[in-house]
Amino acid sequence: MSTPKGQFRRIAERERRRIAFTLDGVEIEALEGDTILTAILTARDHLRVAEFTEAPRAGFCLMGACQDCWVGTGGGQSLRACTTTVADGMAIVTRQ
Amino acid sequence: MSVRVVIVGGGPAGIRAAERLVAQGVCPVLLDEAPRVGGRIYQQPPQAPGFRRSAETLYGTEAEKARNLTAAFERIQAQIDYRPETMVFDLSDDRLVALHEGRRIEIGFDRLILATGAMDRIMPLPGWTLPGVYTLGGAQIALKHQGCAIGHRVAFLGAGPLLYLAAYQYAKAGVEVAAVITTASWLGLGTDPFGMAAQARTAAKGAALIAKLLSWRIPIITDARPSGIIGGNGVQALDVLVDGRLRRFDCDAVALGYGLKPESQLAELAGAQFTFDRVQNQWLPQTDDQGRAVGRDGLYLAGDGAGIQGADAAELRGRLAAGALLQDMGVARKDADDLRPLRRWHRFRIALERAMPFPSHLARDLPDATILCRCENITAGEVRAAADQGLREINRVKAATRLGMGRCQGRVCGIAGAEVLAARLGVSVDSVGRLRAQPPVKPVPIEALAGDAP
Repeated sequence: MSTPKGQFRRIAERERRRIAFTLDGVEIEALEGDTILTAILTARDHLRVAEFTEAPRAGFCLMGACQDCWVGTGGGQSLRACTTTVADGMAIVTRQ
Repeated sequence: MSVRVVIVGGGPAGIRAAERLVAQGVCPVLLDEAPRVGGRIYQQPPQAPGFRRSAETLYGTEAEKARNLTAAFERIQAQIDYRPETMVFDLSDDRLVALHEGRRIEIGFDRLILATGAMDRIMPLPGWTLPGVYTLGGAQIALKHQGCAIGHRVAFLGAGPLLYLAAYQYAKAGVEVAAVITTASWLGLGTDPFGMAAQARTAAKGAALIAKLLSWRIPIITDARPSGIIGGNGVQALDVLVDGRLRRFDCDAVALGYGLKPESQLAELAGAQFTFDRVQNQWLPQTDDQGRAVGRDGLYLAGDGAGIQGADAAELRGRLAAGALLQDMGVARKDADDLRPLRRWHRFRIALERAMPFPSHLARDLPDATILCRCENITAGEVRAAADQGLREINRVKAATRLGMGRCQGRVCGIAGAEVLAARLGVSVDSVGRLRAQPPVKPVPIEALAGDAP
């Protein structure tokens, strides 16, 4: 297991407005215009755990086709992380 | 009442179709799932301050095409009913059903152009569900749309033009590329020189990409047999067999893809007939050479969603489909469009598929424990067990195993599932059929399904 770090690495357009959201209750910083997937994966090494195996997953196609990046809002709503823009103050839940 | 024309998809095919319709006084509805037009190939940055890379940086040699396409859209935007962030998930005889801002909407149509694009075609391998493994297209989107690399040291695995393009884009952006690994061979590139010559400029661009990668001393490994992605909670290495010898490439991310497959679910629901294409080695919706769908009047298919031909061809096919529609409405004269440019793209595609074929041969020896269906965690062994119990058709295997029954509806696993089944049965892949599309073609909240059935 690697030390906690983001799977994604920002390499351009890093001078954007910083926003904050919570990920499983922990406040995380993201940049305006990030998808939820980008916001999570620049902060940690996986996006969610698979329903049946508890194995970590981190999305796959990034274009809204493979459906492997669904996360929750805590309020019962589900969001496809690769095609949803993260918003200031958003609460994202990846573990029940 | 005027004829209602709807286009689904705001990429090169959809925009060029809309442009031609507007020029003839027909103002279509243009539905696009994305917030901005361009499709995947010319995907625009998010609408937020601070995305400031130039078109040259984002699209490379294709920057001018991206700018032209966006400009074409801006010229017609006021004359069409453009609806971004509208995801069509079902249709009936004369209505599309879509999700917009979390709500179900219906859009009536008399004639329909589907320009729904494509996604990566996948052959699974052990470890491909680990975090850090993405499609080649996904790797490009991370870079182009989000300014991110999918890892710190990335291996590129697959076959097809996108393999070299994506690796080149990453290396050029300063990301360490561990290796470019392909199941194809160098010799394959010479299989069909006349086909390659049909689009000599594009072939030359591809050769230049490969030359750049070599000049940067990035290893290009051909004739490889991928054996697995190594890692516990993330990617640590990619193992491949080359000349029977195991080679390990340390990396923390893998970009994977073997050509493209059409997003043809809506075409299928609309009634288009499908046929197995021996060149592309996959099922494609059938059209005439202008894009009229076989199986349903008033349905037109354009761009990669109607079979993979690439972005330049998609612009041509969008124009052709709109022309066919206008002819069928009696708006345009019947004199034929010039089909020769598209024929050259078709010829070139045959050469590409010959040079960089889908690696069907890998299906037979995939370890039983390899996951095929990411949604439902169905393994190659489960599909083989179904075959051994006498199931010979992929939808029967779906019913028995749940392969392809998850959220993605078999988009990702359908082709590999059929290959594994066919290999076990010792039959050709077309004889096991293809996974049928079901509405909703993408997941929607249960509230959006409520109401009258369309």
